[in-house]
Amino acid sequence: MKPEILLGDEAVALGAIHAGLSAGYSYPGTPASEIMEYLIKAAAKTKAFVASWSVNEKVAFEEALGVSFAGKRALVSMKHVGLNVAADPFMSSALTGANGGLVVVPADDPGMHSSQNEQDSRFYADFAKIVCFEPSNHQEAYEMTRQAFDVSEKLGLPVMIRLVTRLSHSRSSVRPREPRGQNELKYGASQDWTLLPVNARRRFKGILDGQAAMVRLSEESEFNSLRLTDKDRSLGVIASGIAFNYVQENLPDLEIPPSLLKVCTYPIPEKLIRGLVEHVETVLVVEEGYPLIERSLRGFFGVAGKTIKGKLSGDLPQTGELSPETVRLALGLKPLERLDLGGFKLAARPPQLCAGCPHADTFHALNKALREYDKANVFSDIGCYTLGYYPPYQVVQTCVCMGASVSMAKGGAEVGIHPSIAVIGDSTFGHSGLTPLLEAAAADTNMTVFILDNSTVAMTGGQPSYATGERLLRMIEGVGVAKEHIRVIEPLPKNLDKNALVIKEEIDHHGLSVIVAVRECLEEAKKKRRSG
Amino acid sequence: MKQDIILAGVGGQGIISIAYVIASAALEEGLELKQAEVHGMSQRGGAVQSHLRISRERIWSDLIPRGEADLVLSVEPLEALRYIDYLRPDGMIISSRVPFINIRDYPDLETLLSKIREIPRHLIIDSEKLAKEAGSSRTQNMVLLGAAAGRLMVKEEGLPRYIKVLFERHGETIVASNLKAFALGQAVAAAADFVPASGGRTGRGGG
Repeated sequence: MKPEILLGDEAVALGAIHAGLSAGYSYPGTPASEIMEYLIKAAAKTKAFVASWSVNEKVAFEEALGVSFAGKRALVSMKHVGLNVAADPFMSSALTGANGGLVVVPADDPGMHSSQNEQDSRFYADFAKIVCFEPSNHQEAYEMTRQAFDVSEKLGLPVMIRLVTRLSHSRSSVRPREPRGQNELKYGASQDWTLLPVNARRRFKGILDGQAAMVRLSEESEFNSLRLTDKDRSLGVIASGIAFNYVQENLPDLEIPPSLLKVCTYPIPEKLIRGLVEHVETVLVVEEGYPLIERSLRGFFGVAGKTIKGKLSGDLPQTGELSPETVRLALGLKPLERLDLGGFKLAARPPQLCAGCPHADTFHALNKALREYDKANVFSDIGCYTLGYYPPYQVVQTCVCMGASVSMAKGGAEVGIHPSIAVIGDSTFGHSGLTPLLEAAAADTNMTVFILDNSTVAMTGGQPSYATGERLLRMIEGVGVAKEHIRVIEPLPKNLDKNALVIKEEIDHHGLSVIVAVRECLEEAKKKRRSG
Repeated sequence: MKQDIILAGVGGQGIISIAYVIASAALEEGLELKQAEVHGMSQRGGAVQSHLRISRERIWSDLIPRGEADLVLSVEPLEALRYIDYLRPDGMIISSRVPFINIRDYPDLETLLSKIREIPRHLIIDSEKLAKEAGSSRTQNMVLLGAAAGRLMVKEEGLPRYIKVLFERHGETIVASNLKAFALGQAVAAAADFVPASGGRTGRGGG
């Protein structure tokens, strides 16, 4: 088949389709969104499989698990922190096992380009004791996804593919292979899938008993490779995932290329590691993310007679993403000559709300209303509106995780914060805001919740939102918020005074209020106009 | 032979479109390519950049090493300077002179332009004027692409085809103005007093 230029995300999606995917699920989140975008476009053309956005990552994971139970192949993708949301079904899916191939694809964001942390999903694979693939390039992303379905069905376990931003959002050419068909419907066995203690104990023992075979699989994996050289045995390098590229990039500048172990399949391939470590005096471990291999290798006491270098030793930075430069220095090379600005300081240009954004009008009204209160706190959430942290708004004081605004406002209100205000978008509310609102409604907590209904998931590129429009209003009423304290405002400059007044009324109401600010995202409105 | 290009601008200025056109032409020529881009939060009016690497040989890193870029191509002067440390000492910079001011502490424009002029091989272009001449100020990215076209490793004549592909769903008028913007960029670069390119290079120059 002809090569195509694909994002790393898209290479995974295409690999899944060609592996005989029956259904894919996800929740939007950078840098994973383009996996599902691609699946949805492809499914719209062929109608051959299901591809849909879920209300959150836990739901997405469980939907995929249902597909696997039915004997069919499922893919579930999310940004790294989305796997925290799905961690409950994820950890237990290692015990239920997979009936049809089940592949979970978290996309990590080292450097926190668009995220609140830079956690490393390989630790989740290690935690659940499942196989993990970590592609170093686009072709591998495609091949590994195909192979992940095979491994999942062979071992009867979910398999992880760990992506990172620089692969997810990099384009390169991929040469696809012939696709294969889907599985037939074949239900899972209840004694495997019903995790009562009696079954779960047996299943867990099964996973433990299977570990040695997984390590062997990893040692024999075509994606792991050991290249030993006798010319120089002082240094050997272990490089995983895209870190392998940064090592390769710098090799031409080394007089003698060192012995090199590439690790792109986990569990950690013990034999290969031993082969390298025994061969050299100093081992440099280069991995994108947290030092998983380095920590395992070093343990508490190190390796007798060997020097282990990496992130823990300070030879590579522990925060941020790796780069060709940081790896270059760790390899003992001098920086390349380059141009510089001679100390000239450049103004930073942080992201900001678009001109005319409805959130801006909501924030102006909120700031106006809050002038009369000196102890207000605005708990915010994950979405474009987090940008209300920056001038000229400087209105939000927190951003932690999906849905936290509502729960934190409730906690804060219960120990004396007033006005205690939550600001959350419609899709984030559907994701994780509804459950804390149910609680706040039952307790009639003295707080004010803003739901910014722009009818889309704006930050990640305008995916559909479930909790929007009329349904959103019925949801709020349905959890028991008093109807007279559900207020709808239209965030527009001309409504500034009127809206500030509504906000003040609801802050002064002793109990729970919900203010829904309804105006469509400008970017989405523009897109609709362009496509007619 | 290879070429490493940093594309720079502000979210929404269309640098991914520039990358698309060059990358598509490169694929057609059978070249290897990698193109790292920015999605998500930074796209909202923040600084964005794309690393575009084209080569006859295998490309390893998705990111261009600092000190390896042959060209910084920027739709905005402040953003052009943000990536100077990626440039080789003999690297070239092609930038628009039109500032995109959405921050309070935007520096003095003349200072920015003089900083760009300090780089031995530079070209500064009034992309807004040319884009308007082409029919739409939204075509500034294609003006810049046109200005760089003669210095790219891919064949210059292979590019317009993908400008058509890129804009065809928006109708003929938009395709025409983008093609014209590209041609105007080509013309202004051809007429410019510009230190000539040193030609392609093989592997690391050692510079």
